Amino acid sequence: MAEDIAYQFDVESIRKQFPTLSQEVYGKQLVYLDNGATAQKPKTVIDAIERYYEVENANIHRGVHFLSQQATDKYEEARRVIQRYINAPLEEEVLFTTGTTGGINLVAYSYGELLSEGDEIIISAMEHHSNIVPWQMLCERKGCILNVIPMNESGELIMDEYRKLLSSKTKLVAVTHISNTLGTINPVKEIIRLAHDSGAVVLLDGAQSIQHMPVDMQALDCDFYTFSGHKVFGPTGVGVLYGKKELLDRMPPYQGGGDMIEKVTFEKTTYNGLPHKFEAGTPHIAGGICLGEAFRFLETMDLEGIQHYEKELASYAESELLQIEGLRIIGTAAKKTSVVSFVIDGLHPFDIGTLLDKQGIAVRTGHHCTQPIMDFYGIPGTVRASFAFYNTKEEVDALVRAVKRSAEMLR
Amino acid sequence: MTLEEKQQDIIDEFAIYDDWMDKYEYIIELGKDLPMIDEAKKTDDRLIEGCQSRVWLATDVQDGKMRFTADSDAIITKGIIGLLIRVLDGETPKSVATSDLHFIGDIGLQEHLSPTRANGLLSMVKKMKLSALKAAAE
Repeated sequence: MAEDIAYQFDVESIRKQFPTLSQEVYGKQLVYLDNGATAQKPKTVIDAIERYYEVENANIHRGVHFLSQQATDKYEEARRVIQRYINAPLEEEVLFTTGTTGGINLVAYSYGELLSEGDEIIISAMEHHSNIVPWQMLCERKGCILNVIPMNESGELIMDEYRKLLSSKTKLVAVTHISNTLGTINPVKEIIRLAHDSGAVVLLDGAQSIQHMPVDMQALDCDFYTFSGHKVFGPTGVGVLYGKKELLDRMPPYQGGGDMIEKVTFEKTTYNGLPHKFEAGTPHIAGGICLGEAFRFLETMDLEGIQHYEKELASYAESELLQIEGLRIIGTAAKKTSVVSFVIDGLHPFDIGTLLDKQGIAVRTGHHCTQPIMDFYGIPGTVRASFAFYNTKEEVDALVRAVKRSAEMLR
Repeated sequence: MTLEEKQQDIIDEFAIYDDWMDKYEYIIELGKDLPMIDEAKKTDDRLIEGCQSRVWLATDVQDGKMRFTADSDAIITKGIIGLLIRVLDGETPKSVATSDLHFIGDIGLQEHLSPTRANGLLSMVKKMKLSALKAAAE
């Protein structure tokens, strides 16, 4: 298997473009396996951030001067790069937000204003807290009802139960494309088709999918899709919400302020068109521009190859980890991405994570902001290794060695 | 032994370890060996929910001295609890309330008391000090 992985993908030349990866921590070579939390940045993105603040900084959409015009052009060009990448029909359907959480809250607030008492919203049992709490807040505000698609022991949504939950009362379905904790790839095309048959709109939480697979807004036909810049090799504090124009046009503004208005008087204010209607105030200009840079980087990558390579890494990690006594993989869906969540009987994930850290291995431990999943499995948390295309088979070996050593120490 | 002497004792014990894993090996042994809280005292009102691990803390005042017992579901957390109790248990309320627990930083475990760590230890220390403040006021 090692040889297979090696020749399909020139991982060493890719790693050279990610400076963070080459450092040592606690005197050990860093093994970064916390990509589900945030991804490292390629040099092109880091250079773009530096360039922006060194020579390009200006406010956008309002200045007549050279720098402002240039920054505006770059910001709007980034929007078009992202539009192209996700195959959104129109550039004004690509809204800059603060991240996935920002995108979901925007929809929950603004689209939520179109809902009324008794309307139903469907989420799933494997949602991140960010795709649970905004809907609970909406339900409290508007008297809507929240329904949850259950999952089976493997961590797959039970589609028959989903069908039963759908009715003419269902107005919105908000599900994650890929589970951050379990790695499950949900059958989103089917979820969207069924929701549309019932007259409901669909929001996909794309925080864990866009960095791992091609996502095509037109092929998916989702109504909203949202993701975070920092998980897709871009800066923190910026993200994207894609929404269909006809929906965004009907939705009221989320926040008021500069940039989102057409004309302001004390008597009445009229709002700007898309996307600016939803982008009040000075945005994270450097973030937007450099997120565009991250997508330019991704455009140079072979996405099918990435998917294959990451899957191979994760499968190899699972099979090696399973050799360890008492180790169980949490999340064994037939369709999975490169997330490996595990527990070891009798050992606390926090203890394992602490010892892995001291051996240079960066993983995430805990409930991963998905407490309902932990309750479902009756565990306090998991240890999660999440892989990106710059990880290697040698890093998997280092992980497995370190987990073995940690387990021996803790037993 | 004064509170400061107890801290110095622990610092001396840890001085022999220059490898992180050896240090943690020792903390894990402390966690395994130490008698902790009575099962009956592991009640919800004594539970401190961390994001990562859970900690139970029981406080008491006996003959003018603070008495602490505590436990955790994570063994490293438990080992560090053992160290904190070794320093604070049996001290006067005033001494606990005003204590500067510098030994944690000195032995390189400050990260476990950082607010972002969310293992319940920082909340535990706060609760210990609050209960001592309360006892001192009585």
